[in-house]
Amino acid sequence: MQFSEHWLREFVDPPLTSAELAHSLTMAGLEVEALDTVAPAFSGVVVAHVLAVDKHPDADKLKLCRVDAGQGEMLQIVCGAPNVAAGMKVPCALVGAELPGVKIKAARVRGMESFGMLCSARELGLSEDHSGLMALPADAPVGEDIRTYLVLDDKLFTLKLTPNRADCLSLKGVAREVGALTGVPVTLPPIREAETACDVRRDVVLDAPAACPRYCGRVVSGIDAKAPTPGWMKMRLERSGIRSISAVVDITNYVMLELGQPLHAFDNARLSGAVQVRYPAKGEQLLLLNEQTVEPAADTALIADERRALALAGIMGGEESGISDATTELFLESAFFAPDAVAGKARALGFSSDASYRFERGVDFDTTREALERATQLILDICGGRAGPVSEAIDHNHLPRREAVRLRVPRAEKILGIRLGAEVAERLFKGLDFPFTRDGDDFIVTPPSHRFDIAIEEDLVEELARLHGYDNIPARLPQGVLAILPQNERQRSVWRLRRLLAARDYQEVVNYSYVDAGWEHDFCAVVQPVVLSNPIASQMGVMRSSLIGGLVGNLVYNLNRRVERVRVFETGRCFLRVDKSQSLQDGEGGEIAGFLQPKRIAALAAGPAAPEQWGLPPRRMDFFDAKADVEALLAPWPAHFARIDHPALHPGRAAAVSVGGKVVGIVGELHPQWVQKYELGAAPVVFELDLDDVLQQPLPAYREASRFPAVVRDLALVVDHEQPAQALLNGLIAAAPACVREVVLFDVYQGKGVDQGKKSLAFRVVMQDTEKTLADGEVEAAVAKMIEAASREFAAKLRS
Amino acid sequence: MSDIEKLVAEATAEFAGISEMALLEQAKARYLGKSGSVTELLKGLGKLAADERKRAGAAINSAKERIEAALNARRELLRHAALDAQLRAEALDITLPGRGQGSGGLHPVTRTLERIEALFRSIGFDVADGPEIEDDFHNFTALNTPENHPARSMHDTFYLENSPGLLLRTHTSPIQVRYMETHKPPIRIIAPGRVYRVDSDATHSPMFHQVEGLWIDENVSFADLKGVFTDFLRNFFEKPDLRTRFRPSFFPFTEPSAEIDMSCVFCEGNGCRVCSHTGWLEIAGSGMVHPNVLRHVGIDSEKYIGFAFGMGPDRLTMLRYGVNDLRLFFDGDLRFLSQFR
Repeated sequence: MQFSEHWLREFVDPPLTSAELAHSLTMAGLEVEALDTVAPAFSGVVVAHVLAVDKHPDADKLKLCRVDAGQGEMLQIVCGAPNVAAGMKVPCALVGAELPGVKIKAARVRGMESFGMLCSARELGLSEDHSGLMALPADAPVGEDIRTYLVLDDKLFTLKLTPNRADCLSLKGVAREVGALTGVPVTLPPIREAETACDVRRDVVLDAPAACPRYCGRVVSGIDAKAPTPGWMKMRLERSGIRSISAVVDITNYVMLELGQPLHAFDNARLSGAVQVRYPAKGEQLLLLNEQTVEPAADTALIADERRALALAGIMGGEESGISDATTELFLESAFFAPDAVAGKARALGFSSDASYRFERGVDFDTTREALERATQLILDICGGRAGPVSEAIDHNHLPRREAVRLRVPRAEKILGIRLGAEVAERLFKGLDFPFTRDGDDFIVTPPSHRFDIAIEEDLVEELARLHGYDNIPARLPQGVLAILPQNERQRSVWRLRRLLAARDYQEVVNYSYVDAGWEHDFCAVVQPVVLSNPIASQMGVMRSSLIGGLVGNLVYNLNRRVERVRVFETGRCFLRVDKSQSLQDGEGGEIAGFLQPKRIAALAAGPAAPEQWGLPPRRMDFFDAKADVEALLAPWPAHFARIDHPALHPGRAAAVSVGGKVVGIVGELHPQWVQKYELGAAPVVFELDLDDVLQQPLPAYREASRFPAVVRDLALVVDHEQPAQALLNGLIAAAPACVREVVLFDVYQGKGVDQGKKSLAFRVVMQDTEKTLADGEVEAAVAKMIEAASREFAAKLRS
Repeated sequence: MSDIEKLVAEATAEFAGISEMALLEQAKARYLGKSGSVTELLKGLGKLAADERKRAGAAINSAKERIEAALNARRELLRHAALDAQLRAEALDITLPGRGQGSGGLHPVTRTLERIEALFRSIGFDVADGPEIEDDFHNFTALNTPENHPARSMHDTFYLENSPGLLLRTHTSPIQVRYMETHKPPIRIIAPGRVYRVDSDATHSPMFHQVEGLWIDENVSFADLKGVFTDFLRNFFEKPDLRTRFRPSFFPFTEPSAEIDMSCVFCEGNGCRVCSHTGWLEIAGSGMVHPNVLRHVGIDSEKYIGFAFGMGPDRLTMLRYGVNDLRLFFDGDLRFLSQFR
């Protein structure tokens, strides 16, 4: 909502500067988004009459003008504008005038004296128009300061209105608000009922009273549709951002801005029979003023005559019944369309109109007829003609109800946290002009017809708070019950994990949750991804089911910027379809109507294992670096790793990670085909774990440390080179008697001394008893038992 | 000078000239060894008369002690010199960089979220979470925003194909609803998370973060909302003089509603480019929870009052660290991200 301050002050003129007025509107909830000047500062420019134009003796493109600028004597001014002509009225900068960036002096131009400058709109900073002089109306008073004549000391207010304040989508509404805020009385233009001077009458029928409970219309006959719009009206419309079209259209727009009531003018000659408001017949079509042909939905009300649809009720008029320059007889509509009937309809058709914008938010249903009279009056004044009688149809049952709302002052005080008192409340309600009665300290308030946002007590509380001033409510630190928040020690916070990965040289990233469908296919082998119906771009079209794609994207992005070593991680939700057979609870775990939304933590590492440095031999990151990170994340739980096939990963370098028998994620090297496809150079390693599982942690359980000496034995076992080490280790641990406290794999060897196709795995066995020093016999027996098991189950031989 | 004195002077001089431990021990043998000069003198004592022997013995012993002292002093000196030499040889260029793994860091917005959580936890707010694919009911209807409500056009919503009624949440407010469905007042939570809107330009990202706050109790007021949020901002920015301004606004799920502005952290409210020369920055939406929202989740709206607020941690991060482009947060550019360690 944009408007001229000058216009507003005609209705209400508080003793505030523009900036103060803007601030008080903002602080009352009508945010002034912009306060602009109409014109830049300049002085010494007046309305001038060009009396004669002669050729400049020494320049083809210049003219010598004799100008009356109301200075008593005629001025000679040299002018180069192509449109300068005798008889026109133009702005003239007198000698001594200060224009944006220029000071006007008496000058000689190609030898001829020039006492001033005739101005284009651009030279005055009023527009970008520099095609010629700015032509003023013929009745512009010669000698008058142009700032006064064009009201250039005006300011433009732009309000960013919230959807509940449709009542302020008009000058009347804003003036009413200013009146309530400042206590200054509001004077609106008087509205007279037009005399009936013609008996052409068109009946009105309400066939959709829920959508349109009130409709007023009248014929205005014998108008001149080509009459020019008066300058003052054009100026106000332009300052509200509305382009002047024709007098009748301008008048309907002007009244809409003034009173908030959208109007529509039909060419009465193109109508036949009564005007009705009805729902469309099946398949009924309508060509709109914006040249769009629509087939309105069954619940979209239409304005129609006996033959056809004429307009979308409260949204837009039809092309075929609209007015033109040839129109001589109007049918003028002023109606109330219910918000519910209009809401969302224009948006569904892909456009918005000033009318639908207002109706869907709520137009004062008590101003319908008044607006019709106001428009009639302006039409008669500007276009001439004779007004017919008003046809009004009204269905009181469907007009919005204004139920009285009870406000309890103590309740308002409790909600706001201040002492207010009934007297203050009464003063504020009076200021708002809300009718009320009192019941002790309670106020029984009837919301006025222009307010669609007052239905419950809290709405009145907001009104009181707004007028009292949010600034006048203190900021108070609350007092609460100081109960300790429970902390589950078996659950660690995601911050611990983030910090842990950061400490292990990973940088956190935040990637979009929607990705390219190709990533879902490549890294997850998802056949049926979760697709967005209105993505922002096709490469953001599907919801991710894994974080890996985004991390590969980060790698590509950084490689392209010559960052060779990339270690990134992310935590966030992934999105998966739930198998129909699974039944899941809707709720906090992220399961919603057929979708799983697990939180994951994933990382990718590529490039050298350590930052380039002098003291470590360079080495690429590999599977075991990532595995160590996974183990660190899951610690103190022991993680188990089992070979798997995964679409994203190298089949020989991929593992499923499990804890306590439950698979919690994957780790591995990216599959060579993706390394090639995404031009990654060398294969990065990645892992992805279910966050909820990683967040679990055991409570530490104390075991007394033994006071007796530990015995350490190393076993080097030679096995087939394909034998997984973990299985052998598990076998040793299973076979170990109670005195074995720990078995650790500490070396893997292939080469001289070990047969081809074999490998040597070296284990350190730590034995200790809590009750006594171990005897040699016990130690030897334990070792023998373990060797025997290894040999039996894994054909392992003790390395000689 | 007697011979004995000469011997002492000779030994002292000889020791002082030796700089290797082995040679020093050889020299010691020449004086104090079995056939050393001092030993020889002692052996000669037997030939002397008794009183002469006593005097000469004392003189020789004194000389022996002095020679031993000179020897020990020299030994000590050589030991020190040897240790010094060893330490010198072992010296490192301690200016070489440390060895091993580097360290990474958190995402700047995550860092902000951690800080927000910590600040609110310190006054007893728990942290709640909820799904990002939401249903229309929780995202809109339960928040007093029925179908066709004009407020819905304020949110350009992403929808899922072939899943009527499902969408990507446009704000974190549905977490409020879900939390109230399963918890009884008093409730004090914040709910951080990702939200989605069909909007992409220099100042809008189609995915961004929000933090929702909710406090429901029997005696919570608008004055408390002002107090808590102002206190939060002052502590977040570590600016005790930071000012806030609450302006009437409209959200379907709060009544009264307020837009929260804070004095610009760059110009202290004097007006600069960041605050469009207004001195104020819009920082959050807030208000008293609408009774319809409480009713939807079965909370007695007469007994309980609450306030809610929603803020954008992306913007808070930009203001805190002086980041001027929102899109940097989602590019994954390590040259940018690694500045927030």
